[in-house]
Amino acid sequence: MNTAKSLAIEARSLTKSYGDNDVLGGIDIAVPEGSVFSLLGPNGAGKTTTVNILTTLVPADGGEVFVKGRSVTRDADEVRKRIGVTGQFAAVDGLLTGRENLHLMGSLHHLGKAETRRRTEELLERFDLGEAARRPPATYSGGMKRRLDIAMCLMGDPQVIFLDEPTTGLDPSGRRTVWSIIRELVRGGTTVFLTTQYLEEADELADRIAVLDGGKIVAEGTPEQLKRLVPGGHISLRLHRADQVALAAQALSASAFDADQLTVQVASDGSVRALRALLDALDREQIEVDELTVHTPDLDDVFLSLTGRVESAA
Amino acid sequence: MSTLAYTLSDTSTMLRRQLKHMIRYPSLTAIIIGMPVVFLLLFVYVFGGTLGNGLGGDAVAGTAAGGREAYIAYVTPGILVTTIAAAVQGTAIGVAMDMTEGIVDRFRTMSIARVSVLTGHVLGSLIQALLGVTVVLAVAVLVGFRPEASALGWLGLFGTIALIAFGLIWLTVGMGMAAKSVETASNTPMPLLLLPFLGSGFVPTESMPTWLRYFADYQPFTPFIEVTRSLLAGEAVGGEDLALTVGWSLALALIGYAVAKRKFNKR
Repeated sequence: MNTAKSLAIEARSLTKSYGDNDVLGGIDIAVPEGSVFSLLGPNGAGKTTTVNILTTLVPADGGEVFVKGRSVTRDADEVRKRIGVTGQFAAVDGLLTGRENLHLMGSLHHLGKAETRRRTEELLERFDLGEAARRPPATYSGGMKRRLDIAMCLMGDPQVIFLDEPTTGLDPSGRRTVWSIIRELVRGGTTVFLTTQYLEEADELADRIAVLDGGKIVAEGTPEQLKRLVPGGHISLRLHRADQVALAAQALSASAFDADQLTVQVASDGSVRALRALLDALDREQIEVDELTVHTPDLDDVFLSLTGRVESAA
Repeated sequence: MSTLAYTLSDTSTMLRRQLKHMIRYPSLTAIIIGMPVVFLLLFVYVFGGTLGNGLGGDAVAGTAAGGREAYIAYVTPGILVTTIAAAVQGTAIGVAMDMTEGIVDRFRTMSIARVSVLTGHVLGSLIQALLGVTVVLAVAVLVGFRPEASALGWLGLFGTIALIAFGLIWLTVGMGMAAKSVETASNTPMPLLLLPFLGSGFVPTESMPTWLRYFADYQPFTPFIEVTRSLLAGEAVGGEDLALTVGWSLALALIGYAVAKRKFNKR
């Protein structure tokens, strides 16, 4: 299979439906080796279904998927040897201790006793699970459970890891810890496929983001490219005096103004240069300003305008 | 390692996991073994005197006396088979718990012998059932049961118990896999506990009304109990009962296996 030499994950026109419900309507995914790819979408967009297909759990109705160049349908076992999966709900054995959970993974990967022990202790240390090692996960916090979950999927030293909403339900510090774990994995050369409904998370971690909505990929690119998709960067001013609104609008070639509200809106990329020019113009005309805000488009704008959940403010 | 070696290695890993579960969660084992012990004591001490008198002289060979003593000899085999039916209640619960907890999805994304997830449950439950039968048998002896089995008979007895358990365990693995929730899984195998009552476990089927007797004589638990009873009494095992016991056990195992496998791969 020479189709996917430099791609760790490649999916072509993937479709899946359950009964009458079309969950995936023909999506394409290409994830280069060693990168972080984030599938971003609201609940019910088809993220988990996509992960299930990519990780051999569920067969697709149509399309082809290759992970590390191996077909997930024809060569499922070869794919399974190369991946680590952390599902949406912590997949740990609730009656075994943290250490025993890791040993279980080691045995199932046929690592041998010595290697299993070595990796277990290393992962316990690395994920700060020392005190959790002797206790069953029922007594863990959400963050600890998630760390153990990820540690378990690393026991087999996977080349590609799939994380389905790894930070859902975690507190901010737990979230930051998971982020730093993911960054560390990528530094080690692992390819990461991440689903999330948090734009901030995709923005922080991903090299490429695909926005999934209603089973279709509605946009794809780097975080920067996606932000450029949505126009609407602007500077908003609230003036002090109503009689200056028209003047300001003219001097600044405003895109919109409202004399009653005393507001003027100027299209702008929000750069320092643009801001300085604007301030110079205000000075020149001696316009008094009460409030100035710079609005640059963020992924929220992209997300909302693409998925149509809320009408874009821009 | 060969495929077979991997399968054996994964199965033993999964079995160790099940044994740890048994140790960590002893209350389930205690209930599973405790219930038949309570049945035994109840039937021997509460109902035993009366029921034993009703058995008739030759219902149990070698115990012409009737009364409680005769009833212990009659009911112990029934209780032992009930013990197996009780043990497999835990199997369905364990399987369903695994399925709902996400850990099995983790196993399914790993390159392991898939059947080991289920065989681990089967072997774990088999050990639990044999342990239960041994404990219940010991209690029976303590309250006056006197088995007459030869050395070979004991071997045959434990072989038969293991075979019956094997059939019922696979059946309940199938039930656990088919259940949508742990609650359902804990209910579906319940009727198995009733079947020894609707067979020759507690009273001879001859004493039942014809329509019920028809069911009692042809349901799997009657041959199970009859073979167990003959072996414990040191008598020759009826050929038809033996054939039915082997046949039913394998058939139940096959049905359970087919359901479980289909559900496991389809999920």
